[in-house]
Amino acid sequence: MKVLVPIKRVIDYNVKARVKPDNSDVDLTNVKMAMNPFCEIAVEEAIRLKEAGTASEVIAVSIGDKACQEQLRTALALGADRAIHIETDAKLESLHVAKLLAKLVEQEQPELVILGKQSIDSDNNQTGQMLAALTKRSQGTFASKVVIEAGKAQVTREVDGGLQTVSLTLPAIVTTDLRLNEPRYASLPNIMKAKRKPLDVIAADSLGVDLAPRIELVKVEEPAKREAGVIVESVEELVTKLKTEAKVIS
Amino acid sequence: MSVLVIAEHEHGQLKPETAKVVNAAVAIGGDVEVLVAGHNVADVANSAALIAGVNKVRVADSAAFEHQLAENTADLIVELASSYSHILASASTTGKNTLPRVSALLDKSQVSEIVGVVDADTFKRPIYAGNAIATVKSNESQKVITVRASAFDAQVEQGACEVENLSLSMDNALSAFVSVEQTESERPELNAAPVVISGGRGMQNGENFALLNGIADKLGAAIGASRAAVDAGFVPNDMQVGQTGKIVAPDLYIAVGISGAIQHLAGMKDSKVIVAINKDPDAPIFQVADYGLVADLFDVLPELEAAL
Repeated sequence: MKVLVPIKRVIDYNVKARVKPDNSDVDLTNVKMAMNPFCEIAVEEAIRLKEAGTASEVIAVSIGDKACQEQLRTALALGADRAIHIETDAKLESLHVAKLLAKLVEQEQPELVILGKQSIDSDNNQTGQMLAALTKRSQGTFASKVVIEAGKAQVTREVDGGLQTVSLTLPAIVTTDLRLNEPRYASLPNIMKAKRKPLDVIAADSLGVDLAPRIELVKVEEPAKREAGVIVESVEELVTKLKTEAKVIS
Repeated sequence: MSVLVIAEHEHGQLKPETAKVVNAAVAIGGDVEVLVAGHNVADVANSAALIAGVNKVRVADSAAFEHQLAENTADLIVELASSYSHILASASTTGKNTLPRVSALLDKSQVSEIVGVVDADTFKRPIYAGNAIATVKSNESQKVITVRASAFDAQVEQGACEVENLSLSMDNALSAFVSVEQTESERPELNAAPVVISGGRGMQNGENFALLNGIADKLGAAIGASRAAVDAGFVPNDMQVGQTGKIVAPDLYIAVGISGAIQHLAGMKDSKVIVAINKDPDAPIFQVADYGLVADLFDVLPELEAAL
C-alpha cells in the first residue's frame, strides 16, 4: 500500500506571531520555521504503517517555495522513501492546495493519504476534507487511532463529547489529531541518508490548476489586548472581588 | 440573498451553538433558513423553528444521516446549496468535518471560524493560534463559512416558523459508522458553560481533578483541562481547551495549575474574566488573568470551595 503524506512548512509553534506594522500580514522574516506539528504526526503514522508491513512506500509532498524542501528532507530523515516538491511562490488557499494534491493523487494513486488536521498558521482545518471531496474518497478526520485491515481503514475520531469510530473504504483520506502518536526524532545518520533520497520537483503551473486567489486578505491586526490584572493575596480576597468587582459569581 | 445554517444537534436535541450561528447569519443579512439533517430529529427541528431570525427550517430525516457522516451530509447540503448565497455551520467537530467537503464539491474557497461579520462578503477570523485577527473578503459567489460560536451571542426565541420536511436521502459506500464512546458528564457542556474551571499539569494526577468538582458544582461550571493534563492521561481529551481542543469564552474562566502556553490561551483568552491560580509567579497565564493568586493549588482549592 502506497501512502502519501502532505506536509507544510509553518512558523515554529513556540514562536509568537507578530503582526507587521502596516497591518498587511504576519511578519515571517527571520522567524524560525518548522514542519507543522500535525504534519509531523501524519509522517510518523505513515512510517509506523510501513514498519508494520502495511505500507510499502511513503511519499512526502510539500507545496510552496524552495524553502519547504528543508521540511521534505526532515520527512525523509524520519523515514519517508521519497519526496515531491510542488514548487510555487503563490499564496495558496486550502482549496488550491487540495486541488494540487488531487492531481498528485491521480498520478501516484496512493491508497491512503494522511494529512494533519490543521496547520497552526492559517488554522483553517480544510485541506484533508477538500481533498477527500475532490478525489471522491472517504474521509476520517481528527484521527486518534487508525487500523488498516481487509481493504478498510477503521478510524477513531476525536469528536466533541468523546470518540467516534468509522469504517472507511480504501482508498481513503485521514487527518491526524495530536493524540494519534508521538513523533520520533530524526537521528544524525538518518539525516545524512535523507540527503541521498529522491526529491522530485514539479512546477505547480504544470499541473493545470487555477491558483488565482478567491479570498482577499484585507488586513491583519493584533487581537484586543487584555487589561493588566491584579494579584490577590488570599482566597477570601479573590472571592470578594469576583462577587463585588467582577460580579461573575453571586 | 438567503443564508443556510446547518443545525448542530446530538441525541435528538438542538445544541446551543445553533442559535449563535443564526446570530452570525442574521448579521450577514437576508432570509435565514436552518437545515436539520439527522434521524428522528422532529424535536430538533421544532427547537430550531423557535430561534429568532429563522425564516424556515428544512428537515432531512433519514437513517442515512443518523451519525452525520461527512460523506452523506455534504452531498445533501450540495443538493440544496443552489438557493443560498451563504452556507454556515458551527466550527464544531461536525461542522469542521463536513463543511470543507461541501466547499470543495461546490468549488468554493471556505472561510473558517469567523469571529465577526463586517459585511456580507467580509469577515474577521483568528489566525496563528489567535495571535492575529485577519479580516478577509471572499470573492466567491457562494460563501461557505464555519462560525466560532463562542464569539456570537445566542439569538432569543420567537414564535415557531415554518418547518418543511425534505424527502432526501444520500447514501454512500465510502464510509460507515462503527461506534461512539461518549464521555459521561452531568455538568454543562464546555462550549456553553457560563463558568469553566480548568486544571493543568500542576494537578499532578487524575484523582486530584476531583478537587475541582466541589467548586464546579457550586458555580455550575464545566471542567476543562490543558493539553498537558490530557496528554499526561489525567482526563479525557474532549475536556481539552485550546487551539487544538475546544474554544471557550465563558463569563468566568478559572485556570488552576496551568502555565498559559500560546496554544492554551488560544482557547480561552476571550473569556470575560480570567482567574489564575498558580504557584509560579512568572507563569504566562498571569499576563492575561484579571485576578491572579500565587499559591499552591492544593492549599487553595479546598479553601475556595469552602468560601463559595
